[in-house]
This record gives sequence, structure tokens and C-alpha cells, in this order.
Amino acid sequence: MQFFIFLIVSIILVVASILVIVQRNPVVSALFLIAALCAQAILYLLLNATFLAVIQIIVYAGAIMVLFLFVIMLLNLRKDEFGFEKRKAQRFFGILFAILLLVELGVVIKIGLSKIPSTEFSLDPDFGGVQSIGKALFTDYLLPFELTSVLLLVAMVGAIVLAKKKL
Amino acid sequence: MITLNHYLALASILFCIGIYGVLTRRNAISVLMSIELMFNAANINFIAFSKFITPVFLTGQVFAVFVITIAAAEATVALAIVILIYRHHKEINVDKINFLKW
Amino acid sequence: MSWLTPDINFKIISPELIILIVALLVLILEPLLKGRSKNILPHISWIGVALALVSVITLWNREELGFNQMFILDNFSCFFKIIFLSGTLLVILSSISYLKEEKIFHGEYFSLILFATFGMMLMASSLNLIVIFLGLEIMSLCLYILAGFRRYDLKSNESSMKYFLIGAFASGFLLYGIAMLYGATNSTNLKEILIFTQGFENPLFLFIGLGLILVGLGFKIASFPFHMWVPDVYEGAPTPITAFISSGPKAAGFSALLRILLFAFGSLHIDWSFVLWILAVLTMSFGNVIALSQTNIKRLLAYSSIAHAGYVLVALVAGGDSGISSAMFYLLAYTFMNIGAFIIIIFLGEKKVNLDDYSGLVTKYPILGITLALFMFSLAGFPPTSGFMAKFYVFSSAIKSGYTGLAIIGVLNSFVSVYYYLRVVVIMFMRAPVDEVQKVPIPFFLGLALLFSVWGTLHLGILPQSFLTLAQNSIFSPF
Repeated sequence: MQFFIFLIVSIILVVASILVIVQRNPVVSALFLIAALCAQAILYLLLNATFLAVIQIIVYAGAIMVLFLFVIMLLNLRKDEFGFEKRKAQRFFGILFAILLLVELGVVIKIGLSKIPSTEFSLDPDFGGVQSIGKALFTDYLLPFELTSVLLLVAMVGAIVLAKKKL
Repeated sequence: MITLNHYLALASILFCIGIYGVLTRRNAISVLMSIELMFNAANINFIAFSKFITPVFLTGQVFAVFVITIAAAEATVALAIVILIYRHHKEINVDKINFLKW
Repeated sequence: MSWLTPDINFKIISPELIILIVALLVLILEPLLKGRSKNILPHISWIGVALALVSVITLWNREELGFNQMFILDNFSCFFKIIFLSGTLLVILSSISYLKEEKIFHGEYFSLILFATFGMMLMASSLNLIVIFLGLEIMSLCLYILAGFRRYDLKSNESSMKYFLIGAFASGFLLYGIAMLYGATNSTNLKEILIFTQGFENPLFLFIGLGLILVGLGFKIASFPFHMWVPDVYEGAPTPITAFISSGPKAAGFSALLRILLFAFGSLHIDWSFVLWILAVLTMSFGNVIALSQTNIKRLLAYSSIAHAGYVLVALVAGGDSGISSAMFYLLAYTFMNIGAFIIIIFLGEKKVNLDDYSGLVTKYPILGITLALFMFSLAGFPPTSGFMAKFYVFSSAIKSGYTGLAIIGVLNSFVSVYYYLRVVVIMFMRAPVDEVQKVPIPFFLGLALLFSVWGTLHLGILPQSFLTLAQNSIFSPF
């Protein structure tokens, strides 16, 4: 049962991700990215990461992607009129590089991981829940947690500095 | 039975789709979305490793929380830069803009 | 439920805290102060940096871990913090007059520079890949914003955009590499990774992680295949920020690379040094050869900074005690001479960036001409400047570890670089001045920064022993 869910979700995920990069219209791209992110949230549930699944939908698919859509709509960006010039050769190298890396990763995963046991451990019932993540964030990972607050402050300041009409 | 390898394979596919998107798309916002795909591929890895390899510590999942935060911060700044450039696009003749090539 | 108290140790992060508090203070004061009273903001910032420098020096020779092994205080991190803080100090001092001239005198500028310094300091003094990554992101985000700080200038905006897209792309690689490393070793702590690498018989999975991390950090330090953003970003960003990007963040990237390669992966030195050997040769040669044909001084220094990253990579290939200490000495020397050269470009302003604008500079501004010549000699590696000593230690450490071929290629490269550095000097001294624009007096703080970097360049060149001993005392034990 779980395997079927995994299979369906991963097919949706891969197809949606491919559509994100082949669509020429950024609005459609963004919508497919939201679909991909939601599919990923289901994967997280399969991996017992309940808190992250919720975060993925609320923060990632919700807040971040809404910001994307908002900017796309605000600026009324159409097609590829806005961006970098790219040469034909770059497209070729893009395909080549991506396939090479994929093959390499596949081989490495196949060989390298055969020694790591992939049996299920007996998991703590609260594994990945709000309480356990919260506890980890405020004890062992206190320093990185505080650093993220600095990071968000920098992002806020930056957005204001760059996008405000009159400083 | 889903094993760790399934998740890793899926993540590497997503990662490569992201790289392909970054290298081939022209639109700056599409490039940004491809970068988001790369971040998400890494997140799948983190969470899968967290369950299959270190179930006692939550290192992987906590790292994924941080990655989402970073993605949010980066998206904010990137979209601010896009708005900034777009203002110039409207003010100056579009044909005259010579985007730095890469 | 039992209460676990987090492992907090404010003492060992006091330099970072000072920088953070000053950055927040500047941010708060910016809207409160009106008109001329805003002039106080840069002075608050540089005094804060100087205080942090003092507090780093008081923490010298102590080794402590804190925050659940996330944060380490050792001489290695202190030495790098000295590099970052002196770079930041020079940049803040030299940008005061520039910002007024460009009409972008805003408090956020200083506060973002301080936040970036905060990120770098954390990168240098962390043993955990989570904190290294977060520090890198804080630093990078600040730099993306600062690169676009001349908001009315399209070139600056474009450079910010390009820097962002390539930087975030690199972060994606770095992140995936960290994930792989975490999967292979069960930990993000470099100490535990070290234990793992010493007794591992199938390191293939480990190496793909390391390779991706190398790609990610390669973008940040601008090594060869990942350098394409450098010239455009350097050209478009405001000149003080170009100076900042070329010194601090590069050193921060190297500090992370040193910790990961020579600490955590020290026992596998034979396996990765081959890749780094090729990278070092290509980076040096590429940077120097392309720099020969540049006519814009910012682009010239951009390619020169790629070449200098190659020289530091030579020290990384050499490895061992002397490799680490010579890399650190090189980065310190590079900070002074590179920012010093940029200070003169900052003074001449954003419109005079072609080499032709420098003709006859020495007759118009004798002091600036002579100091720029000094920095160019130092960058090229002439004695008795710091550049010579730094190169000398790097190449001798390479020979000591048996990489004679690499050292020879490095020396040949420095000979190539002499051509374009000396061309700047020749243009300044030999040609007649082009325009007869009114001579502007050198602003006090810019002059102070210039004096400080001249002192650094000469001191490290003539009396290198004190700082070299400092660098030798501050290596972490290589596994």
C-alpha cells in the first residue's frame, strides 16, 4: 500500500517538476511547482516527518510560492522576455551535464549504499513531530536556530533596501 | 517495500531536473524556481537519511527546517532584485539592455 | 518531560555578539537620526569592528567548544576573524566618502556589511556543517543585496541578479553535497566525520558528497570552472563592495574548505589532492592569462583575484602544517594589498575605471600613485612586499610536500602576472595626464584606511615573522 502511494506521488512529483522547467509561462511554472511541493509533503508523511509535511505546505507551497506568483503577476511577466541571453551550446551542455550527473549519482547510490542497512528502525512515536523538533531546535540546535533569525532579518532589510521606491 | 535507495534516486532525479532548468531557462524567475527544485531534492535526502540512518537524532529533519527558512529568505531577496531591475526595464528602452552574459 | 538546558556560552562568541549588536544598533539608529547626524553611523560601525578585533585578540590561545559542539573557539578561527575584521574595517573606512558621492549614504549599507562579517566569522569558527552553511547564507545574502546597492544603476542591479542566481545555484550544490555527506557518515559534525573517514573502506559515496561541496565552495572562492560570475559582478558592484567581496568572503570560503578538506578529510589527502592540483593549475593560469587583455581595472583585479585563489589552492594541495599556515598568511596578506589597491579605485570614483584614466596619476596625486604602485608590486609578488613573502611561503610549502611541479607552475604564473600589474604602473608613471579636472583632497578616513593597508603590506613583507608565527600557532591539528 505504502509503496503504491510512493509510486504515484513520485510520478506526480517528477512530472510536475519537469513541467516547471519546460513551461514557458512563469505563472504556469509556479503552479506546477506548487503541485510538486505538495506531492513532496506527502513523501515527508511517508518518512514520518509530520511537522515538515505541514511546514512544506504552509510555508513553502503557501507563503513562498504565493510571493512568487504575486511578483510574477505584479510585474506582468510574460514568456521569456525577462532574463539572460543563453546560447544554444548552453542548452546542449545543460542536457549533457544533467544526464551525466544523474548517471553518476545513480551508480554511486547503487554501489555506495549497498553496505548501509536500509531496514526500518523502530521509530520513536513522536519522531518528526512538533514536540521532538521543537525540543531539538531549542537545545542541540539552538545556535543555528538563532542564526536563522539573523538570516530572516537580513532578508527583510534587503527586500526593503532594494525594492522600496524612495529610500 | 520502500527503501532508502528509492528516495535517493527520486531526489537525484529532481536535483538533475533543477540543474537542467538553471542552465537552460532564460527567465530569471524560472531559474529561481529551478533552484528551489534543487533545494527540495536536498531536503528529500535529508529527511530520508534522517529516518533510515539516524532515527535517534533529528539532524536531518532539523536541517530541512533550516533549508526551508533559507529558501524563504533567498526568494524574498531574489524577488526584490527582480522588481528593482524591472523598474529599469520600464524606464529605459528594453532593446538597449545588455544583460551580462554567463 | 525533563528540561534540557541548551549549552550556551556567551564568552566564546563575544566577537560575533559585538558585531551583531552594532549591526542592530546601526539599523535602529538609521530611521531615528535625521540629516547630518547620520554621519555618525559609519563611525559606530568601525568602532564596533575595532572592539570585536580587540575581543578576538583577548580570546587568543584558548580552545573551547560550545553550543553542543556547534561552535569552536581556537586560534585557527581567531586568525581568520582577524582577517575578516581588518578587511571589514578597511572597507567601512574607505566607503564613507564614496557613499556620499554616489548619494547612497544609508545606514543599511553598514549594517549589511556587519551582518556579512558576522556570517563569515561563524563560518570560520564552526565545526558543524549546519552552522557553516547558515553562516555562508547570511554572508551571501548580504553580498547579493550590497552588490545591487547602487539602485539607480542598471549594471549594479544586473550584477546583483547574476551574483544571486549563481550564488544560489552553488548553494544548491553545497546543500546536496552536505546531504550526501550526512548520509554517508551519519553526522554533520566535522569531528564525527573525521572519525568516520579514518576507518572507512568504501569511500565512493563519501566522495560524491565531497565533490559537490567542492563545487559549491568553488563558486564562492571563484576557482576555475566556477569563476564566470567574477568579472561581471566585480565590475557592476559598487567599488567598496567589490573590495569586500574579493577579500572577506573568499577567505571565509577558504576557511570552510580548509576545515572540511584538511581536518575532516585529512586522512584521505591523497585522494582529493589530485583534483585540487588540477583546479589550482587551471585557476592560476586562467586568471592570469585572461587578465592580460583587460582594459577595465575592476575587471583586471577580478581576474587577478581568480589567479590569487589559485595560489591559495596550491597551499591546500600541499596540506600539512606548513600548507595551512601559508594559506592563512596568504589570505591575510591578500586582504591588505587587494583592498589597498581598491581604495584608490574607490577614491577615483565609479566613472574612472578604464586603465587610460590612470595615465599620469602620479603627477596629479603623487601619494596615491606611489601607493597603488606598491600594491601592484605586492600583488605581482615583488620583494620586499607582503605579496612576495606570501607567495614564497606557499610555494615553499608545496615543495616541502613534494609538489615541485606545482610550485614551478605557480612561479611561472607569477611571472605572467607581472606583465599586467606593471602595465598599470607604467601607465601611471610614464604617460601624461589626460584631463585637467580639479584636484580633490583625499578624505581623512579613506587616507586612514590607505595608511593601514600600506602598513599591512609593508609589515607583512619586511617583518613577516611575527604574523607567520601567529599563523603557525593557529593551525588546527591536521587529524
